[in-house]
Amino acid sequence: MPVDVEARVIRNTRLSSDYNVIALAAPEIAAATAPGQFVMVKLGRGSTPLLRRPFSVFEVLHTNGHIEGLSLLSKRVGVTTQMLFDAVEGDVVSCLGPLGKPYSPVDPPSDAWLVAGGVGLAPFATLTELLRARGTTVTLFYGARSARDLFYLDWFRDRGVQLVLATEDGTLGDRGRVTQPLERRLQDAGDRDVMIYACGPEPMLEAVARVAATHRRRCEVSVERVMGCGLGGCYSCVIPIRDGPTGHHYVRSCLGGPVFDGDRIAWEAH
Amino acid sequence: MNTPDLSVQIGPLTLKNPIIAASGCFGYGVEYADVVDLSLLGAVAVKGLFLAEREGHPPERIVETPAGMLNAIGLQGIGVHRFIREKLPELRDRRATVVVNICGSTLDEYVALARILSDAEGVAALELNISCPNIKEGGITFGCSLTGTYDVVSAVKKVTPLPVIPKLTPNVTDVASFARASEDAGADAVSLVNTFLAMAIDVETRRPKLSNIVGGLSGPAIRPIAVRMVYECCRTVKIPVIGMGGIASATDAVEFMIAGANAVQVGTANFVDPFIWRTLLDGVRDYMERHEIARVADITGTIDTTAREKEWISS
Repeated sequence: MPVDVEARVIRNTRLSSDYNVIALAAPEIAAATAPGQFVMVKLGRGSTPLLRRPFSVFEVLHTNGHIEGLSLLSKRVGVTTQMLFDAVEGDVVSCLGPLGKPYSPVDPPSDAWLVAGGVGLAPFATLTELLRARGTTVTLFYGARSARDLFYLDWFRDRGVQLVLATEDGTLGDRGRVTQPLERRLQDAGDRDVMIYACGPEPMLEAVARVAATHRRRCEVSVERVMGCGLGGCYSCVIPIRDGPTGHHYVRSCLGGPVFDGDRIAWEAH
Repeated sequence: MNTPDLSVQIGPLTLKNPIIAASGCFGYGVEYADVVDLSLLGAVAVKGLFLAEREGHPPERIVETPAGMLNAIGLQGIGVHRFIREKLPELRDRRATVVVNICGSTLDEYVALARILSDAEGVAALELNISCPNIKEGGITFGCSLTGTYDVVSAVKKVTPLPVIPKLTPNVTDVASFARASEDAGADAVSLVNTFLAMAIDVETRRPKLSNIVGGLSGPAIRPIAVRMVYECCRTVKIPVIGMGGIASATDAVEFMIAGANAVQVGTANFVDPFIWRTLLDGVRDYMERHEIARVADITGTIDTTAREKEWISS
């Protein structure tokens, strides 16, 4: 059951001129969140912006053995993300959650391959911790425009995650899209049991879903749609879900997702 | 002072309070059952239903605008039969007062929907959606014609014992004449306003921000226009008026009631704060206590348009 918390900003770390990680004192939400779930966020009580915005929970924060809150990974693209970028310690952020369907973690002998594009890294910190606690081997395929847009690399390395990086300008890892090394590794994977998890721009999700289907691996993607309420009231955040070989119907991504099996989405209907 | 009496009368229907969840902004009600006690609300107006399931428009379906939002959902819905089978039982179990919003492509479809819902257990009233700006066929074509409005209301009244509440569009020159046509046709009440037809364009790409190009504007941005329209209707008809349009606080709800509304609906504000219902009810109670009003119905139509007295301002 979701709760609405007037969460104090514990700290706000600017990672670059566009990205920040904002830590919020919402322990009741953090304690109930499963990897891939999201919160609906609003700053201030005014009408600009009017609606909340959805964010994946990035980290569950611990201090002295208890849960202190959660953090969000944000990229400055609009009014709310600008306010999240500018927020300072002590500011208050309305935080409603946890919401949505989480990722399904796999256990050994299956390996987990995480595919992140840009700010799509967000759900993979908590997913990594859950998978590592189950003893699952984790590989993170992480792509962005440039080396300066790749974050938390040591955080993942420290948790035993193998990193496969790609940048569009070639400043770190493969030059090009992150799906290229993913495809290469799948070709070399033989009959290894691999579950793929993806989060990022929709063209990337579509490419990952296709590659996964080609190589007959299960794949879950987390979609990001324009979302009005997060609770199923507004019907804005729909995604086309396959009905038989040609048809589709719209499913609210706040209730049916944001995590979907990649092969259930009717990508061609977008 | 005793506990204030929040009950209101909408024709033959008694609501426990005047705060209603607006159709199209509250799903089928069951989506919110975990965050709000549905039995606390005056009523729940469920998402508009056709006879058949509907796919709705492709995304993007909403866009935020100054102090408001545009939507062009296109009435995605499960159809009346699935509603009765899958949603109504839970609404009954949760003791919700259910207003079913119905929409037809033809007059016969409204009549068929009214017949089917009259036989279902747990429906308190029918709201006739003759005002959705986002679909091509039916709906608003009735709501933009005085004879169309009259015909659909009288046809539905003939086949149902349930209270009938046409939901009016503001996209007409004189909304009060549509309230009058509804009253003449036997409507038990009217509700207004639905959204204002509007659009927004991304100037960088020159593309409309909604897939449907145009959509309906809701939220605080429309509130003053909605208050004016409710005021005009209340001066024109004797049947109860349910006011809506950008209500986001108890003050806003009371404003509509002072303008003449017997009850109000809240839509967009529920997206921002799904826990708003308790705040609204507490705020209305607080207003009644401050003004020593025992019955909330006594707020309705109390607008004072007499000349203002000059007040001394202490320095």
